[in-house]
Amino acid sequence: MRVRAGRMTYAVLIVFTVLSLFPLVWTAIAASGTNGRLARTPPPFWFGGNLPKNLGIAWTDANMGVALLNTVIVAGTVAAGTVLFSTLAGFAFAKLRFRFKNVLLLLVIGTMMVPPQLSVVPLFMLIAELSWTDQLQSVVLPALVSAFGVFFMRQYLLEALPVELLEAARVDGASGLRVVWHVVFPAARPAMAVLAMLTFVMAWNDFFWPIIALTQNGSPTVQVALTGLGRGYIPDQSVIMAGALLGTLPLLLVFVAFGRQIVGGIMQGAVKG
Amino acid sequence: MASGTTTAGGAPLRQDAAGERRWRARRHRWDVRWSPYAYIAPFFVFFAAFGLVPLLYTAWASLHRVELTAPADMEWVGLRNFSRLVADEFFWNALKNTVTIGLLSTVPQLLIALGVAHLLHGRLRGSMFFRVVALTPYATSVAAATLVFVLLFGRDYGMVNWALGLAGIGPVNWQNGAWASQFAVSTIVIWRWTGYNALIYLAAMQSIPDELYESAALDGASRWRQFVHVTVPSLRPTILFTIVVSTIGATQLFGEPLLFNGSAGATGGSDHQFQTLGLYLYEQGWVNLHLGRASAIAWAMFLILVLLGTAAGLINAYRRRTG
Repeated sequence: MRVRAGRMTYAVLIVFTVLSLFPLVWTAIAASGTNGRLARTPPPFWFGGNLPKNLGIAWTDANMGVALLNTVIVAGTVAAGTVLFSTLAGFAFAKLRFRFKNVLLLLVIGTMMVPPQLSVVPLFMLIAELSWTDQLQSVVLPALVSAFGVFFMRQYLLEALPVELLEAARVDGASGLRVVWHVVFPAARPAMAVLAMLTFVMAWNDFFWPIIALTQNGSPTVQVALTGLGRGYIPDQSVIMAGALLGTLPLLLVFVAFGRQIVGGIMQGAVKG
Repeated sequence: MASGTTTAGGAPLRQDAAGERRWRARRHRWDVRWSPYAYIAPFFVFFAAFGLVPLLYTAWASLHRVELTAPADMEWVGLRNFSRLVADEFFWNALKNTVTIGLLSTVPQLLIALGVAHLLHGRLRGSMFFRVVALTPYATSVAAATLVFVLLFGRDYGMVNWALGLAGIGPVNWQNGAWASQFAVSTIVIWRWTGYNALIYLAAMQSIPDELYESAALDGASRWRQFVHVTVPSLRPTILFTIVVSTIGATQLFGEPLLFNGSAGATGGSDHQFQTLGLYLYEQGWVNLHLGRASAIAWAMFLILVLLGTAAGLINAYRRRTG
């Protein structure tokens, strides 16, 4: 039952909020100081004056500028492709009749359980063969498949797209692609936006495969560049923190702008999944 | 077409119209029959190329000696990669660490998430603020999060040891202690995923009908008893779902232990004390350059997941029959 929250509830939630935000805030504090300042007791609790300088070093020396641009390209392409393919497949699974539909849907769900580790060795051999190492398509193409996306769109379209609407369009003589364009996409738009944001976040933070396929000094994504920093590429801790800040800030801005929609999308996906 | 539209009798016109109708009907049938496959084709083409074929090829590669330096030269060795794995103490060590870190991270994470969801479910001012904040760690990448936690858990200047020092607890070596390091790595996982799971539980709580609570309240159940006897049973499918997802995530744990080791590489600590299976796979494949062995580890990980899934399914079926 929805009981009015008491003081205790607020107190616990505020502690939870502080714990959730503290590592992020402290990243900025550490990035604004110097290496020496971080080696003091007690550790710094407030900002220093070195933020622009450290951000600049991270931007150029740690390749974070290139990495940010690459990651925007990768995450943007992956999000666009995933949303398009997932909407088409989700529509077919939700509203159309065809043979082997249930078997194929089970196959889609089954692929959600397969760990990515199971395909990295052949994928690596493939991109080595094609000389795709350090090329962005090596991380974009394998990420375009999202079983979660197909399932998410199917669940949404089951309810959001009335069969009568489809039949009316058919009676008017609209061809399949026109139906998709004029009926399915408009009905699916809210879910497409949510899926785009969720996919963008996932692609931005993708870790395992990019650090195998890309290198620090070639064309890194943000995660590859940060891994390089963490493994001793630059010894200055405040610069490392500046890199972490640069790599996180864009997503945090997305969350500030669209937090409500992202929260809604995750909760919606949870109930229907 | 032009002849059909002239006035020279209605017959050609009707014929043409009938032909047109037939053609359209045929096109329509064809469309209805085949277009579904066109819509699902992109997914399955990409899945086949970058999911299914690599998956099967990993099994094939695991039966060969393949070195990273010359991935095209494959030498058949049968099951030797697997037999070496069984005899390899680092494999068992990694398996053990994966299990303990998995438990250390999953159990507290889901319990805290359940509690936070319960608090968020009340009538609350600024509930959207709390929800968005709960999700910010999820927006932080593994790499960025781990880099910060490495500093926070630093032995000499870290904030955690400083705070513990105030309470008179002497500096903990979060990097080298066996349990301490696993606890620290688990903390990163807990930090990133608790809020996400809390929102999933919250969504499920919101779909529990109020009547259930009202009748429980009429029976004089306290709020705690309502939580235990109404909320938790109604959430069972969702809890199961989060356990499955977190378990899959835990078996693949990789980035946190890699970067928690700083510049020391993929060993998972000087004594391999926090090396997980995912990290061990990476070390074998991309540090020691044995791609065949890495493939064998990948399949072993998959088999462990399948075994876990089968065991869970059996337990569930057994409970349903007896309960």
